[in-house]
Amino acid sequence: MSAVPSPLNAPKGRPMSTSMVMDTAVVFGRELRPVLRNPFSLVFTMVQPLFFLALFGPLLPDVPGGGSALQWFVPGIIVMSCLFAGSTTGSNLQFEMQTGSHERTLVSPLRRSALIVGRSLKEIVPIVGQAALIVAATVPFGFRPHLGGAVVGLLILGVFGVGLGAFSYTLALASKDQEWMFWAIQQTLIFPLMLLAGMLLPVDDGPGWMQVLSKLNPLTYVVDAERALFGGELASATVAQGAVAALVVAGLGLLVGTRAMRRA
Amino acid sequence: MNGTMIRTRGLTRHFTVKKETVEAVRGLDLHVEAGELVALLGPNGAGKSTTLRMLTTLLPPTSGTAEVAGLDVTADPRGVRARIGYIGQGNGAAHSQRGRDELVSQGRAYGLSRTAARARAAELIASLDLEGVADRLVSSLSGGQRRRLDIAMGLIHAPDLLFLDEPSTGLDPQNRANLQEHIAALRAEHGTTIVLTTHYLDEADQLAERVIVIDHGQVIADDTPERLKADHAGDRITLTLGHERDARRVVAERLGVVAGGRVERAGAQVVIETDGGARLAPKLLRGLDEAGIEVAAVEVARPTLDDVFLNLTGRSLREESATTGEAA
Repeated sequence: MSAVPSPLNAPKGRPMSTSMVMDTAVVFGRELRPVLRNPFSLVFTMVQPLFFLALFGPLLPDVPGGGSALQWFVPGIIVMSCLFAGSTTGSNLQFEMQTGSHERTLVSPLRRSALIVGRSLKEIVPIVGQAALIVAATVPFGFRPHLGGAVVGLLILGVFGVGLGAFSYTLALASKDQEWMFWAIQQTLIFPLMLLAGMLLPVDDGPGWMQVLSKLNPLTYVVDAERALFGGELASATVAQGAVAALVVAGLGLLVGTRAMRRA
Repeated sequence: MNGTMIRTRGLTRHFTVKKETVEAVRGLDLHVEAGELVALLGPNGAGKSTTLRMLTTLLPPTSGTAEVAGLDVTADPRGVRARIGYIGQGNGAAHSQRGRDELVSQGRAYGLSRTAARARAAELIASLDLEGVADRLVSSLSGGQRRRLDIAMGLIHAPDLLFLDEPSTGLDPQNRANLQEHIAALRAEHGTTIVLTTHYLDEADQLAERVIVIDHGQVIADDTPERLKADHAGDRITLTLGHERDARRVVAERLGVVAGGRVERAGAQVVIETDGGARLAPKLLRGLDEAGIEVAAVEVARPTLDDVFLNLTGRSLREESATTGEAA
Protein backbone atom coordinates (compact mmCIF):
# COMPACT_ATOMS: atom_id res chain seq x y z
CA MET A 1 0.00 0.00 0.00
CA SER A 2 1.45 3.37 -0.97
CA ALA A 3 1.71 6.43 1.19
CA VAL A 4 -1.16 8.79 1.87
CA PRO A 5 -1.27 11.29 -1.01
CA SER A 6 -0.25 14.86 -0.54
CA PRO A 7 -3.10 17.31 -0.28
CA LEU A 8 -2.55 18.59 -3.81
CA ASN A 9 -6.08 19.63 -4.52
CA ALA A 10 -7.13 20.76 -1.12
CA PRO A 11 -5.56 24.01 0.07
CA LYS A 12 -4.38 23.30 3.57
CA GLY A 13 -5.73 25.19 6.54
CA ARG A 14 -7.82 27.47 4.37
CA PRO A 15 -11.22 25.87 4.06
CA MET A 16 -13.30 27.21 1.23
CA SER A 17 -16.60 28.70 2.17
CA THR A 18 -19.73 27.29 0.62
CA SER A 19 -23.14 28.85 0.15
CA MET A 20 -26.50 27.50 1.25
CA VAL A 21 -27.38 26.84 -2.40
CA MET A 22 -24.15 24.87 -2.94
CA ASP A 23 -24.66 22.89 0.25
CA THR A 24 -28.22 22.05 -0.78
CA ALA A 25 -27.06 21.06 -4.27
CA VAL A 26 -24.45 18.69 -2.80
CA VAL A 27 -27.00 17.01 -0.53
CA PHE A 28 -29.60 16.89 -3.32
CA GLY A 29 -27.12 15.34 -5.75
CA ARG A 30 -25.93 12.79 -3.25
CA GLU A 31 -29.48 11.70 -2.42
CA LEU A 32 -30.51 11.49 -6.02
CA ARG A 33 -27.58 9.41 -7.21
CA PRO A 34 -28.77 5.99 -5.96
CA VAL A 35 -32.19 6.68 -7.55
CA LEU A 36 -30.62 7.50 -10.90
CA ARG A 37 -28.23 4.57 -10.68
CA ASN A 38 -31.09 2.22 -9.97
CA PRO A 39 -34.36 3.68 -11.35
CA PHE A 40 -36.09 0.39 -10.68
CA SER A 41 -36.13 1.33 -6.97
CA LEU A 42 -38.94 3.77 -7.86
CA VAL A 43 -41.27 0.87 -8.48
CA PHE A 44 -40.84 -0.37 -4.92
CA THR A 45 -43.08 2.20 -3.20
CA MET A 46 -45.48 2.05 -6.15
CA VAL A 47 -46.54 -1.54 -5.56
CA GLN A 48 -49.39 -0.66 -3.20
CA PRO A 49 -50.84 2.19 -5.29
CA LEU A 50 -50.70 -0.03 -8.36
CA PHE A 51 -52.62 -2.75 -6.52
CA PHE A 52 -55.31 -0.24 -5.57
CA LEU A 53 -55.43 0.85 -9.18
CA ALA A 54 -55.74 -2.68 -10.54
CA LEU A 55 -57.95 -4.28 -7.89
CA PHE A 56 -59.98 -1.37 -6.57
CA GLY A 57 -60.43 0.71 -9.71
CA PRO A 58 -62.56 -1.82 -11.62
CA LEU A 59 -65.07 -1.86 -8.74
CA LEU A 60 -65.87 1.83 -9.13
CA PRO A 61 -69.14 2.68 -10.87
CA ASP A 62 -68.91 4.91 -13.87
CA VAL A 63 -69.36 8.56 -13.11
CA PRO A 64 -72.82 9.85 -13.96
CA GLY A 65 -72.56 11.91 -17.11
CA GLY A 66 -70.62 9.27 -18.96
CA GLY A 67 -67.03 9.91 -17.76
CA SER A 68 -64.74 7.05 -16.92
CA ALA A 69 -64.24 6.31 -13.21
CA LEU A 70 -60.51 6.43 -13.89
CA GLN A 71 -60.84 10.16 -14.48
CA TRP A 72 -61.76 10.54 -10.80
CA PHE A 73 -59.67 7.68 -9.42
CA VAL A 74 -56.24 8.05 -11.09
CA PRO A 75 -55.34 11.50 -9.68
CA GLY A 76 -56.03 10.08 -6.20
CA ILE A 77 -53.73 7.15 -6.89
CA ILE A 78 -51.01 9.53 -8.07
CA VAL A 79 -51.27 11.41 -4.78
CA MET A 80 -51.24 8.07 -2.95
CA SER A 81 -47.97 7.03 -4.54
CA CYS A 82 -46.56 10.44 -3.59
CA LEU A 83 -47.78 9.87 -0.04
CA PHE A 84 -46.17 6.42 0.21
CA ALA A 85 -42.86 7.48 -1.30
CA GLY A 86 -42.64 10.72 0.66
CA SER A 87 -43.64 9.35 4.03
CA THR A 88 -41.28 6.36 3.94
CA THR A 89 -38.20 8.22 2.73
CA GLY A 90 -37.12 8.92 6.32
CA SER A 91 -36.19 5.27 6.69
CA ASN A 92 -33.20 5.92 4.40
CA LEU A 93 -31.97 8.57 6.80
CA GLN A 94 -32.64 6.27 9.71
CA PHE A 95 -30.46 3.61 8.13
CA GLU A 96 -27.69 6.16 7.63
CA MET A 97 -28.04 7.16 11.27
CA GLN A 98 -27.49 3.54 12.25
CA THR A 99 -24.50 2.91 10.00
CA GLY A 100 -22.74 6.17 10.85
CA SER A 101 -22.81 8.06 7.58
CA HIS A 102 -25.31 10.59 8.92
CA GLU A 103 -22.89 11.38 11.74
CA ARG A 104 -20.19 11.96 9.15
CA THR A 105 -22.36 14.55 7.35
CA LEU A 106 -23.05 16.24 10.70
CA VAL A 107 -19.31 16.75 11.21
CA SER A 108 -18.92 18.15 7.69
CA PRO A 109 -19.42 21.89 7.16
CA LEU A 110 -22.71 21.30 5.30
CA ARG A 111 -25.39 23.51 6.82
CA ARG A 112 -27.96 21.68 8.94
CA SER A 113 -30.76 23.31 6.93
CA ALA A 114 -29.18 22.10 3.67
CA LEU A 115 -29.10 18.55 5.03
CA ILE A 116 -32.89 18.59 5.28
CA VAL A 117 -33.76 20.84 2.31
CA GLY A 118 -31.51 18.97 -0.12
CA ARG A 119 -32.89 15.61 0.95
CA SER A 120 -36.50 16.78 0.78
CA LEU A 121 -36.12 18.44 -2.63
CA LYS A 122 -34.89 15.16 -4.02
CA GLU A 123 -38.35 13.68 -3.34
CA ILE A 124 -39.66 15.62 -6.35
CA VAL A 125 -37.83 13.29 -8.71
CA PRO A 126 -39.33 9.95 -7.63
CA ILE A 127 -42.76 11.57 -7.22
CA VAL A 128 -42.81 12.97 -10.76
CA GLY A 129 -41.33 9.74 -12.12
CA GLN A 130 -43.98 7.62 -10.43
CA ALA A 131 -46.79 9.94 -11.53
CA ALA A 132 -45.60 9.68 -15.12
CA LEU A 133 -45.56 5.89 -14.87
CA ILE A 134 -49.09 5.77 -13.47
CA VAL A 135 -50.39 8.07 -16.22
CA ALA A 136 -48.65 5.99 -18.86
CA ALA A 137 -50.17 2.81 -17.42
CA THR A 138 -53.73 4.14 -17.26
CA VAL A 139 -54.06 5.99 -20.56
CA PRO A 140 -54.54 2.71 -22.47
CA PHE A 141 -57.49 1.97 -20.15
CA GLY A 142 -59.24 5.22 -20.84
CA PHE A 143 -57.65 7.80 -18.54
CA ARG A 144 -57.49 11.16 -20.35
CA PRO A 145 -55.30 13.70 -18.52
CA HIS A 146 -55.33 17.36 -19.53
CA LEU A 147 -51.70 18.14 -20.44
CA GLY A 148 -51.39 21.65 -19.01
CA GLY A 149 -53.33 20.63 -15.94
CA ALA A 150 -51.13 17.61 -15.42
CA VAL A 151 -48.00 19.79 -15.51
CA VAL A 152 -49.40 22.18 -12.89
CA GLY A 153 -50.66 19.18 -10.92
CA LEU A 154 -47.21 17.61 -10.79
CA LEU A 155 -45.76 20.94 -9.70
CA ILE A 156 -48.16 21.12 -6.75
CA LEU A 157 -47.52 17.46 -5.99
CA GLY A 158 -43.76 18.06 -6.00
CA VAL A 159 -44.12 20.88 -3.48
CA PHE A 160 -46.34 18.71 -1.31
CA GLY A 161 -43.83 15.84 -1.58
CA VAL A 162 -41.02 18.09 -0.34
CA GLY A 163 -43.06 18.77 2.78
CA LEU A 164 -43.93 15.11 3.24
CA GLY A 165 -40.29 14.13 2.88
CA ALA A 166 -39.26 16.76 5.41
CA PHE A 167 -41.82 15.43 7.91
CA SER A 168 -40.65 11.87 7.28
CA TYR A 169 -37.01 12.87 7.92
CA THR A 170 -38.12 14.68 11.06
CA LEU A 171 -39.82 11.51 12.24
CA ALA A 172 -36.64 9.54 11.51
CA LEU A 173 -34.53 12.01 13.50
CA ALA A 174 -37.03 11.97 16.37
CA SER A 175 -37.25 8.20 16.59
CA LYS A 176 -33.44 7.89 16.39
CA ASP A 177 -32.36 4.27 16.17
CA GLN A 178 -35.76 2.86 17.13
CA GLU A 179 -36.80 1.67 13.72
CA TRP A 180 -40.11 0.26 14.94
CA MET A 181 -41.18 3.66 16.21
CA PHE A 182 -40.68 5.26 12.81
CA TRP A 183 -42.81 2.63 11.10
CA ALA A 184 -45.44 2.54 13.84
CA ILE A 185 -46.06 6.28 13.58
CA GLN A 186 -45.82 6.36 9.78
CA GLN A 187 -48.31 3.50 9.42
CA THR A 188 -50.67 4.93 12.05
CA LEU A 189 -50.86 8.29 10.31
CA ILE A 190 -50.86 7.34 6.67
CA PHE A 191 -54.13 5.45 6.37
CA PRO A 192 -56.42 7.92 8.20
CA LEU A 193 -54.83 10.74 6.21
CA MET A 194 -55.39 8.84 3.01
CA LEU A 195 -59.00 7.78 3.64
CA LEU A 196 -60.05 11.14 5.07
CA ALA A 197 -58.72 12.87 1.96
CA GLY A 198 -61.26 11.02 -0.14
CA MET A 199 -58.51 9.35 -2.06
CA LEU A 200 -60.32 6.01 -2.61
CA LEU A 201 -63.95 6.95 -1.99
CA PRO A 202 -65.61 10.36 -1.79
CA VAL A 203 -66.08 11.66 1.75
CA ASP A 204 -68.89 14.00 0.69
CA ASP A 205 -71.57 11.47 1.58
CA GLY A 206 -69.97 10.49 4.88
CA PRO A 207 -71.16 11.50 8.37
CA GLY A 208 -70.60 15.03 9.62
CA TRP A 209 -67.61 14.28 11.84
CA MET A 210 -65.86 12.68 8.92
CA GLN A 211 -66.43 15.70 6.76
CA VAL A 212 -65.03 17.95 9.48
CA LEU A 213 -61.89 15.82 9.80
CA SER A 214 -61.58 15.76 6.05
CA LYS A 215 -61.71 19.56 5.92
CA LEU A 216 -58.86 19.69 8.47
CA ASN A 217 -56.72 17.33 6.41
CA PRO A 218 -54.37 19.26 4.09
CA LEU A 219 -54.17 16.21 1.87
CA THR A 220 -57.87 16.66 0.97
CA TYR A 221 -57.17 19.96 -0.78
CA VAL A 222 -54.22 18.47 -2.67
CA VAL A 223 -56.32 15.53 -3.89
CA ASP A 224 -59.20 17.82 -4.95
CA ALA A 225 -56.78 20.11 -6.78
CA GLU A 226 -55.15 17.18 -8.60
CA ARG A 227 -58.56 15.92 -9.76
CA ALA A 228 -59.48 19.38 -11.00
CA LEU A 229 -56.14 19.84 -12.78
CA PHE A 230 -55.97 16.44 -14.46
CA GLY A 231 -59.53 17.09 -15.61
CA GLY A 232 -58.45 20.33 -17.27
CA GLU A 233 -59.76 22.82 -14.71
CA LEU A 234 -56.77 25.15 -14.32
CA ALA A 235 -57.86 28.40 -12.74
CA SER A 236 -60.22 27.61 -9.90
CA ALA A 237 -60.50 28.04 -6.16
CA THR A 238 -59.99 24.28 -5.74
CA VAL A 239 -56.61 24.48 -7.48
CA ALA A 240 -55.58 27.53 -5.46
CA GLN A 241 -56.52 25.81 -2.22
CA GLY A 242 -54.50 22.75 -3.20
CA ALA A 243 -51.48 24.89 -4.02
CA VAL A 244 -51.74 26.72 -0.71
CA ALA A 245 -52.10 23.43 1.20
CA ALA A 246 -49.00 22.02 -0.52
CA LEU A 247 -47.00 25.17 0.21
CA VAL A 248 -48.08 25.17 3.87
CA VAL A 249 -47.10 21.50 4.28
CA ALA A 250 -43.74 22.13 2.58
CA GLY A 251 -43.04 25.24 4.66
CA LEU A 252 -43.98 23.61 7.95
CA GLY A 253 -42.12 20.40 7.11
CA LEU A 254 -38.89 22.18 6.27
CA LEU A 255 -39.21 24.31 9.39
CA VAL A 256 -39.60 21.42 11.83
CA GLY A 257 -37.09 19.35 9.84
CA THR A 258 -34.42 22.01 10.09
CA ARG A 259 -35.06 22.39 13.80
CA ALA A 260 -34.80 18.63 14.31
CA MET A 261 -31.58 18.49 12.29
CA ARG A 262 -30.06 21.32 14.35
CA ARG A 263 -30.77 19.36 17.49
CA ALA A 264 -29.45 16.08 16.03
CA MET B 1 1.96 24.73 11.38
CA ASN B 2 2.87 25.60 14.93
CA GLY B 3 0.84 26.44 17.94
CA THR B 4 -2.11 25.12 19.84
CA MET B 5 -4.52 22.81 18.05
CA ILE B 6 -6.86 21.97 20.91
CA ARG B 7 -7.38 23.71 24.22
CA THR B 8 -10.20 22.90 26.61
CA ARG B 9 -10.96 24.48 29.94
CA GLY B 10 -13.17 22.73 32.43
CA LEU B 11 -14.90 20.83 29.64
CA THR B 12 -17.86 19.03 31.17
CA ARG B 13 -20.74 16.97 29.87
CA HIS B 14 -23.65 15.62 31.86
CA PHE B 15 -26.28 13.22 30.65
CA THR B 16 -29.63 12.65 32.28
CA VAL B 17 -30.47 8.98 32.38
CA LYS B 18 -33.75 8.10 34.11
CA LYS B 19 -33.78 11.39 36.02
CA GLU B 20 -30.27 10.77 37.28
CA THR B 21 -27.38 12.94 36.23
CA VAL B 22 -24.40 11.07 34.85
CA GLU B 23 -21.18 13.05 34.65
CA ALA B 24 -19.62 11.58 31.52
CA VAL B 25 -16.82 14.15 31.31
CA ARG B 26 -15.79 16.15 34.36
CA GLY B 27 -13.80 19.35 34.00
CA LEU B 28 -11.36 18.30 31.32
CA ASP B 29 -8.36 20.59 30.71
CA LEU B 30 -6.65 19.44 27.53
CA HIS B 31 -3.89 21.02 25.54
CA VAL B 32 -2.76 19.53 22.24
CA GLU B 33 -0.05 21.15 20.14
CA ALA B 34 -0.10 21.13 16.36
CA GLY B 35 1.59 18.00 15.01
CA GLU B 36 0.99 15.80 18.05
CA LEU B 37 -0.34 12.26 17.83
CA VAL B 38 -2.44 11.72 20.91
CA ALA B 39 -4.34 8.66 22.06
CA LEU B 40 -7.20 8.93 24.54
CA LEU B 41 -7.09 5.65 26.39
CA GLY B 42 -9.60 4.37 28.87
CA PRO B 43 -12.17 1.68 29.54
CA ASN B 44 -15.61 1.75 27.92
CA GLY B 45 -17.71 4.49 29.39
CA ALA B 46 -14.69 6.45 30.62
CA GLY B 47 -15.72 9.53 28.64
CA LYS B 48 -13.36 9.21 25.65
CA SER B 49 -16.04 9.23 22.99
CA THR B 50 -18.05 11.93 24.74
CA THR B 51 -14.92 14.08 24.79
CA LEU B 52 -14.34 13.43 21.12
CA ARG B 53 -17.96 14.24 20.29
CA MET B 54 -17.66 17.59 22.04
CA LEU B 55 -14.40 18.40 20.25
CA THR B 56 -15.95 17.55 16.88
CA THR B 57 -19.09 19.68 17.55
CA LEU B 58 -21.41 16.66 17.63
CA LEU B 59 -22.34 17.27 21.24
CA PRO B 60 -22.57 20.64 23.01
CA PRO B 61 -20.66 20.83 26.31
CA THR B 62 -22.70 21.22 29.51
CA SER B 63 -20.08 23.68 30.72
CA GLY B 64 -16.52 24.69 30.04
CA THR B 65 -14.97 25.70 26.74
CA ALA B 66 -13.14 24.01 23.90
CA GLU B 67 -11.12 25.66 21.19
CA VAL B 68 -10.40 23.42 18.22
CA ALA B 69 -8.19 24.52 15.31
CA GLY B 70 -8.36 28.05 16.70
CA LEU B 71 -12.15 28.27 16.89
CA ASP B 72 -14.63 27.83 19.71
CA VAL B 73 -16.79 24.73 19.26
CA THR B 74 -19.91 26.44 20.61
CA ALA B 75 -19.49 29.85 18.96
CA ASP B 76 -18.41 28.67 15.50
CA PRO B 77 -19.17 24.97 15.04
CA ARG B 78 -19.27 25.23 11.24
CA GLY B 79 -15.85 26.86 11.20
CA VAL B 80 -14.48 24.03 13.34
CA ARG B 81 -16.11 21.42 11.07
CA ALA B 82 -14.50 22.91 7.97
CA ARG B 83 -11.06 22.59 9.56
CA ILE B 84 -11.18 19.10 11.03
CA GLY B 85 -11.45 15.60 9.68
CA TYR B 86 -13.45 12.98 11.53
CA ILE B 87 -13.53 9.22 11.22
CA GLY B 88 -16.26 7.89 13.48
CA GLN B 89 -17.00 4.45 14.85
CA GLY B 90 -19.46 3.66 12.09
CA ASN B 91 -19.16 3.76 8.31
CA GLY B 92 -18.88 7.24 6.86
CA ALA B 93 -19.99 6.07 3.45
CA ALA B 94 -23.68 5.21 3.11
CA HIS B 95 -24.37 1.62 2.19
CA SER B 96 -26.71 2.59 -0.65
CA GLN B 97 -23.99 4.62 -2.38
CA ARG B 98 -20.87 3.81 -4.35
CA GLY B 99 -17.56 4.60 -2.70
CA ARG B 100 -16.32 6.98 -5.37
CA ASP B 101 -19.62 8.90 -5.40
CA GLU B 102 -19.45 9.35 -1.65
CA LEU B 103 -15.87 10.59 -1.86
CA VAL B 104 -16.77 13.16 -4.50
CA SER B 105 -19.84 14.33 -2.52
CA GLN B 106 -17.67 14.59 0.57
CA GLY B 107 -15.14 16.73 -1.31
CA ARG B 108 -17.95 18.96 -2.57
CA ALA B 109 -19.24 19.31 0.99
CA TYR B 110 -15.89 20.81 1.94
CA GLY B 111 -16.03 23.28 -0.93
CA LEU B 112 -13.86 21.51 -3.51
CA SER B 113 -14.83 22.06 -7.14
CA ARG B 114 -16.23 19.06 -8.98
CA THR B 115 -12.96 18.56 -10.86
CA ALA B 116 -10.85 18.89 -7.74
CA ALA B 117 -13.11 16.55 -5.79
CA ARG B 118 -12.91 13.91 -8.53
CA ALA B 119 -9.12 14.17 -8.72
CA ARG B 120 -8.72 14.01 -4.97
CA ALA B 121 -11.08 11.03 -4.76
CA ALA B 122 -9.06 9.18 -7.41
CA GLU B 123 -5.85 9.95 -5.54
CA LEU B 124 -7.19 8.59 -2.25
CA ILE B 125 -8.73 5.55 -3.93
CA ALA B 126 -5.33 4.68 -5.38
CA SER B 127 -3.37 5.20 -2.19
CA LEU B 128 -5.83 3.29 -0.02
CA ASP B 129 -5.99 0.30 -2.35
CA LEU B 130 -9.64 0.80 -3.21
CA GLU B 131 -9.33 0.80 -7.00
CA GLY B 132 -11.12 -2.48 -7.51
CA VAL B 133 -14.07 -1.67 -5.27
CA ALA B 134 -14.59 2.12 -5.43
CA ASP B 135 -17.33 1.81 -8.04
CA ARG B 136 -19.24 -0.88 -6.22
CA LEU B 137 -22.02 -0.38 -3.69
CA VAL B 138 -20.59 0.26 -0.24
CA SER B 139 -22.85 -2.45 1.18
CA SER B 140 -20.95 -5.04 -0.88
CA LEU B 141 -17.51 -4.14 0.55
CA SER B 142 -15.71 -6.07 3.27
CA GLY B 143 -15.18 -4.56 6.72
CA GLY B 144 -11.57 -3.69 5.99
CA GLN B 145 -12.43 -2.11 2.64
CA ARG B 146 -15.15 0.00 4.24
CA ARG B 147 -12.77 1.16 6.92
CA ARG B 148 -10.25 2.24 4.29
CA LEU B 149 -13.04 4.09 2.53
CA ASP B 150 -13.89 5.81 5.83
CA ILE B 151 -10.29 6.93 6.12
CA ALA B 152 -10.37 8.29 2.58
CA MET B 153 -13.57 10.20 3.42
CA GLY B 154 -11.94 11.72 6.49
CA LEU B 155 -8.91 12.83 4.47
CA ILE B 156 -10.69 14.27 1.43
CA HIS B 157 -9.99 17.88 2.41
CA ALA B 158 -6.52 17.16 3.84
CA PRO B 159 -7.39 18.44 7.32
CA ASP B 160 -4.69 19.71 9.68
CA LEU B 161 -6.44 17.98 12.52
CA LEU B 162 -7.90 14.50 12.32
CA PHE B 163 -10.08 12.77 14.91
CA LEU B 164 -10.54 9.02 14.92
CA ASP B 165 -13.04 7.36 17.24
CA GLU B 166 -12.07 3.76 18.01
CA PRO B 167 -10.61 3.40 14.51
CA SER B 168 -9.66 -0.25 14.66
CA THR B 169 -12.64 -1.72 16.51
CA GLY B 170 -13.91 -4.72 14.60
CA LEU B 171 -10.89 -5.00 12.28
CA ASP B 172 -8.82 -8.13 11.90
CA PRO B 173 -5.12 -7.91 12.91
CA GLN B 174 -3.92 -7.35 9.35
CA ASN B 175 -6.33 -4.49 8.71
CA ARG B 176 -5.49 -3.03 12.09
CA ALA B 177 -1.80 -3.01 11.22
CA ASN B 178 -2.66 -1.42 7.88
CA LEU B 179 -4.67 1.30 9.53
CA GLN B 180 -1.95 2.04 12.03
CA GLU B 181 0.53 2.34 9.18
CA HIS B 182 -1.68 4.91 7.51
CA ILE B 183 -2.09 6.93 10.64
CA ALA B 184 1.64 6.92 11.28
CA ALA B 185 2.34 7.92 7.66
CA LEU B 186 -0.13 10.77 7.81
CA ARG B 187 1.59 12.11 10.87
CA ALA B 188 5.11 11.63 9.50
CA GLU B 189 4.55 12.95 5.98
CA HIS B 190 2.07 15.76 6.47
CA GLY B 191 2.44 16.74 10.09
CA THR B 192 -1.27 16.15 10.63
CA THR B 193 -2.34 16.49 14.23
CA ILE B 194 -4.11 13.27 15.19
CA VAL B 195 -6.35 12.56 18.14
CA LEU B 196 -7.73 9.06 18.47
CA THR B 197 -9.60 7.13 21.10
CA THR B 198 -8.89 3.50 21.73
CA HIS B 199 -9.30 0.80 24.27
CA TYR B 200 -6.61 -1.28 22.60
CA LEU B 201 -3.56 -0.91 24.79
CA ASP B 202 -1.02 -2.01 22.23
CA GLU B 203 -2.46 0.42 19.71
CA ALA B 204 -1.99 3.37 22.03
CA ASP B 205 1.46 2.08 22.94
CA GLN B 206 2.75 1.60 19.41
CA LEU B 207 1.12 4.53 17.70
CA ALA B 208 0.86 7.47 20.03
CA GLU B 209 3.59 9.76 21.21
CA ARG B 210 1.33 10.86 23.97
CA VAL B 211 -1.25 8.86 25.85
CA ILE B 212 -3.95 10.52 27.89
CA VAL B 213 -5.50 8.02 30.26
CA ILE B 214 -9.13 8.85 31.04
CA ASP B 215 -11.22 7.24 33.73
CA HIS B 216 -14.59 8.35 35.11
CA GLY B 217 -14.53 11.42 32.89
CA GLN B 218 -11.21 12.74 34.16
CA VAL B 219 -7.60 12.67 33.03
CA ILE B 220 -5.67 10.44 35.39
CA ALA B 221 -2.37 10.37 33.50
CA ASP B 222 -0.93 12.17 30.50
CA ASP B 223 2.53 11.43 29.11
CA THR B 224 4.53 9.44 26.57
CA PRO B 225 3.91 5.70 26.79
CA GLU B 226 7.52 5.21 27.93
CA ARG B 227 7.32 7.71 30.75
CA LEU B 228 3.90 6.47 31.84
CA LYS B 229 5.33 3.01 32.18
CA ALA B 230 8.47 4.21 33.90
CA ASP B 231 6.48 6.31 36.36
CA HIS B 232 3.53 4.07 37.05
CA ALA B 233 4.66 0.49 36.50
CA GLY B 234 7.82 -1.54 36.86
CA ASP B 235 9.25 -4.49 34.98
CA ARG B 236 7.80 -7.81 35.90
CA ILE B 237 9.97 -10.77 36.81
CA THR B 238 8.02 -14.01 36.99
CA LEU B 239 9.79 -16.86 38.76
CA THR B 240 8.44 -20.38 38.62
CA LEU B 241 9.89 -22.39 41.48
CA GLY B 242 10.10 -26.10 42.06
CA HIS B 243 7.93 -26.09 45.19
CA GLU B 244 5.33 -23.87 46.71
CA ARG B 245 7.24 -23.72 49.98
CA ASP B 246 10.23 -22.29 48.09
CA ALA B 247 7.92 -19.64 46.70
CA ARG B 248 6.70 -18.84 50.21
CA ARG B 249 10.30 -18.49 51.35
CA VAL B 250 11.16 -16.11 48.53
CA VAL B 251 8.26 -13.87 49.49
CA ALA B 252 8.81 -14.08 53.24
CA GLU B 253 12.52 -13.41 53.18
CA ARG B 254 12.35 -11.13 50.13
CA LEU B 255 15.27 -13.11 48.74
CA GLY B 256 17.35 -11.11 46.32
CA VAL B 257 14.62 -8.51 45.93
CA VAL B 258 15.63 -4.87 46.01
CA ALA B 259 13.82 -2.50 48.31
CA GLY B 260 10.71 -0.98 46.77
CA GLY B 261 9.90 -3.89 44.52
CA ARG B 262 6.43 -5.37 44.80
CA VAL B 263 6.23 -9.10 45.36
CA GLU B 264 3.22 -11.32 44.82
CA ARG B 265 2.84 -15.07 44.95
CA ALA B 266 0.42 -17.47 43.36
CA GLY B 267 1.14 -21.14 44.00
CA ALA B 268 4.73 -21.87 43.08
CA GLN B 269 4.93 -18.67 41.06
CA VAL B 270 6.36 -15.38 42.31
CA VAL B 271 5.90 -12.10 40.48
CA ILE B 272 8.28 -9.29 41.30
CA GLU B 273 7.52 -5.83 39.99
CA THR B 274 10.57 -3.60 39.97
CA ASP B 275 12.63 -1.16 37.93
CA GLY B 276 15.51 -2.52 35.87
CA GLY B 277 14.16 -6.05 35.83
CA ALA B 278 16.50 -7.26 33.10
CA ARG B 279 19.58 -6.25 35.10
CA LEU B 280 18.22 -7.60 38.33
CA ALA B 281 17.18 -11.05 37.11
CA PRO B 282 20.68 -12.66 36.86
CA LYS B 283 21.58 -11.37 40.31
CA LEU B 284 18.31 -12.70 41.65
CA LEU B 285 18.90 -16.14 40.18
CA ARG B 286 22.39 -16.32 41.62
CA GLY B 287 21.11 -15.38 45.06
CA LEU B 288 18.41 -18.03 44.93
CA ASP B 289 20.90 -20.61 43.77
CA GLU B 290 23.14 -19.82 46.76
CA ALA B 291 20.16 -20.16 49.09
CA GLY B 292 19.54 -23.61 47.64
CA ILE B 293 16.27 -22.76 45.93
CA GLU B 294 15.67 -24.36 42.57
CA VAL B 295 14.19 -22.12 39.86
CA ALA B 296 12.26 -23.92 37.14
CA ALA B 297 11.67 -20.92 34.87
CA VAL B 298 12.14 -17.18 34.78
CA GLU B 299 10.54 -14.54 32.63
CA VAL B 300 11.21 -10.82 32.50
CA ALA B 301 8.49 -8.64 30.98
CA ARG B 302 8.51 -4.93 30.22
CA PRO B 303 5.49 -3.15 31.65
CA THR B 304 2.46 -2.52 29.47
CA LEU B 305 -0.01 0.33 29.54
CA ASP B 306 -2.39 -2.10 31.18
CA ASP B 307 -0.01 -2.26 34.16
CA VAL B 308 -0.08 1.52 34.20
CA PHE B 309 -3.86 1.54 34.21
CA LEU B 310 -3.96 -1.17 36.86
CA ASN B 311 -1.62 0.75 39.12
CA LEU B 312 -3.51 3.99 38.61
CA THR B 313 -7.01 2.65 39.13
CA GLY B 314 -6.65 -0.77 40.70
CA ARG B 315 -8.56 -2.22 37.73
CA SER B 316 -7.31 -3.92 34.63
CA LEU B 317 -8.28 -2.37 31.33
CA ARG B 318 -7.98 -5.71 29.60
CA GLU B 319 -10.61 -7.32 31.82
CA GLU B 320 -13.00 -4.40 31.45
CA SER B 321 -12.78 -4.44 27.67
CA ALA B 322 -13.39 -8.13 27.70
CA THR B 323 -16.43 -7.99 29.95
CA THR B 324 -18.18 -4.87 28.68
CA GLY B 325 -17.76 -5.77 25.05
CA GLU B 326 -18.57 -3.07 22.49
CA ALA B 327 -17.30 0.46 22.78
CA ALA B 328 -19.56 2.96 24.50
